[in-house]
Amino acid sequence: MAKITYKHPSGTVTIVDVEAPNTVMRGAKLNNIEGIEAQCGGSAQCGTCHVYIDEANELPLPAMDSVEDDVLYGTACDRTERSRLSCQLPVSDELDGLVVHLPEAQS
Amino acid sequence: MGPRGVVVVGAGQGGLDTAAALRGRGYTGRITLVGDEPVVPYQRPPLSKGFLTGAMTAGELELRPRSFFAAHDIELVSGNRAAKIDREGRTVLLESGTSLPYDRLVLATGARPRTLPVPGAAALSGVLTLRGLADAERLRERLTGPPRRLVVVGAGFIGLELAATARKLGHEVTVVEAQARALARALTPVMSARLVAEHLDAGVRVLLSREVTALWGDSSGRVEVVELDGGERVPADLVVVGVGVLPNTELAAAAGLQVGDGVIVDAHLRTDDPDIHALGDCARFPSPHAGRHVRLESVQNASGQAACVAAAICGEPVAYTAVPWFWSEQYALRLQIAGLTAGHDETVVVGDPDGGRFSVFCFREGRLTGVESVNRPADHGIARRLLATGSDLAPDEVRRPGFDLKTHVHTPRERLSHA
Ligand SMILES: Cc1cc2nc3c(=O)[nH]c(=O)nc-3n(C[C@H](O)[C@H](O)[C@H](O)COP(=O)(O)OP(=O)(O)OC[C@H]3O[C@@H](n4cnc5c(N)ncnc54)[C@H](O)[C@@H]3O)c2cc1C
Ligand code: FES
Repeated sequence: MAKITYKHPSGTVTIVDVEAPNTVMRGAKLNNIEGIEAQCGGSAQCGTCHVYIDEANELPLPAMDSVEDDVLYGTACDRTERSRLSCQLPVSDELDGLVVHLPEAQS
Repeated sequence: MGPRGVVVVGAGQGGLDTAAALRGRGYTGRITLVGDEPVVPYQRPPLSKGFLTGAMTAGELELRPRSFFAAHDIELVSGNRAAKIDREGRTVLLESGTSLPYDRLVLATGARPRTLPVPGAAALSGVLTLRGLADAERLRERLTGPPRRLVVVGAGFIGLELAATARKLGHEVTVVEAQARALARALTPVMSARLVAEHLDAGVRVLLSREVTALWGDSSGRVEVVELDGGERVPADLVVVGVGVLPNTELAAAAGLQVGDGVIVDAHLRTDDPDIHALGDCARFPSPHAGRHVRLESVQNASGQAACVAAAICGEPVAYTAVPWFWSEQYALRLQIAGLTAGHDETVVVGDPDGGRFSVFCFREGRLTGVESVNRPADHGIARRLLATGSDLAPDEVRRPGFDLKTHVHTPRERLSHA
């Protein structure tokens, strides 16, 4: 289990416990956190589960594969070096304390 | 907006997203979401993919947890069918007898599979279609266990995905398609040829330009033979019919709304009654990308239109202009389509179709209208962005050796839709 913080562009901050093996995307859905669309349901096809990892992050995130990297070219808000697909981030104890920022738009 | 609130008929992708988008926009009136399926709204795409292999459970299909509805004060009425719309009285009558008054009504009733109009198809057991969770559960049960002989009628997306999944599970699969190529209306010839080649490699028997003329059963009424034109008889333990869908328009038609292969709506997804919207698989709308009315069947279309309808109901109408896109998964092929490729007059292939990583850029009169990609998600994503802003990408540029769409990523653009 890990505490994950979702920060909305409006300033709203939601902190929830997410159980492994859910992803950061699924963690938002299960806790009724809006701002992640996930139209493809986590198949790394849609790019509507885009998040920005907090600048201060020091937690060990799983490496990005080439599919995720490519999908991030199509996100509604521009990608940055902190962009990830939240459906490709499985939660583990190691991610306890992860902070992600939600983009202005997903589609 | 009055005190009656919004009634959404159809608790699928589009219906759920409408309710969620209304609350997301701060709509505080009553929202009732009515669905005839006895479950909370769920994702359909995995029904022909991961759900059948067991990679995904029914719980994981749920679009939102059950708690979502109470948390957002959305009244979910499941397992209940809307039977009639009274436009004068602005009420919807449910099969249970309940009547729901509305200020605005949203029709998100989706579509249902077409059946096969041949002898035996209606009467025999072991002849299935795939649209809902109940269908998928039935199918999963039949596909779990020893190898069976499956005949898929129709080489559409659902039929081909199902064929791929069934092969993965070790079944013997034959696909019968009446057209000369798979997905003839949806895909370019290069792409359909690549898909069919992949199925042949996987050991699927693909019969093109062949029509099913009859289904025959054993003495207990269970299907055992699929008969084709020319008389060939294909033995079958299970037949799945995937020959397209019919939009669920009966409710709208009975209420006197304009219908014709879909509920006809305007650019704001309003029917000819300004209090009634329609969206998703059941709606035929004017698409600036097609230059005519179209009816699309995709998650993006249902979801994007839901956002547009919610905006209109909240008094901020915007025309629906989002770029259509779609995905499919068959074996290791991840197919994505950006834009609308129908009606193109020129195509340029980038990459190597035989290598399993390529894109087909489709142009009409020199303008990019759509891109089909296999295992090139960056092409797909960037194409979506280019199509949203109007692309000036010329066929000759794409044809240049070493062309890479990633160099176009900095093209300025506006927000893609109404989110
Ligand atoms: C097996 C399968 C695989 C798919 N794969 C993909 C894919 O890979 N990618 C993709 O983009 N799209 C895919 N799709 C298409 C996508 O799921 C649909 O386009 C999308 O669900 C459409 O949403 P909708 O809300 O319009 O309709 P639906 O999701 O079908 O919802 C309509 C709901 O309304 C209910 N209903 C109908 N009439 C009434 C009534 N009178 N009263 C109450 N309820 C009613 C229906 O039972 C249904 O629950 C797939 C579809 C299927 C079936
Ligand atoms: S949910 Fe579609 S890419 Fe993550």
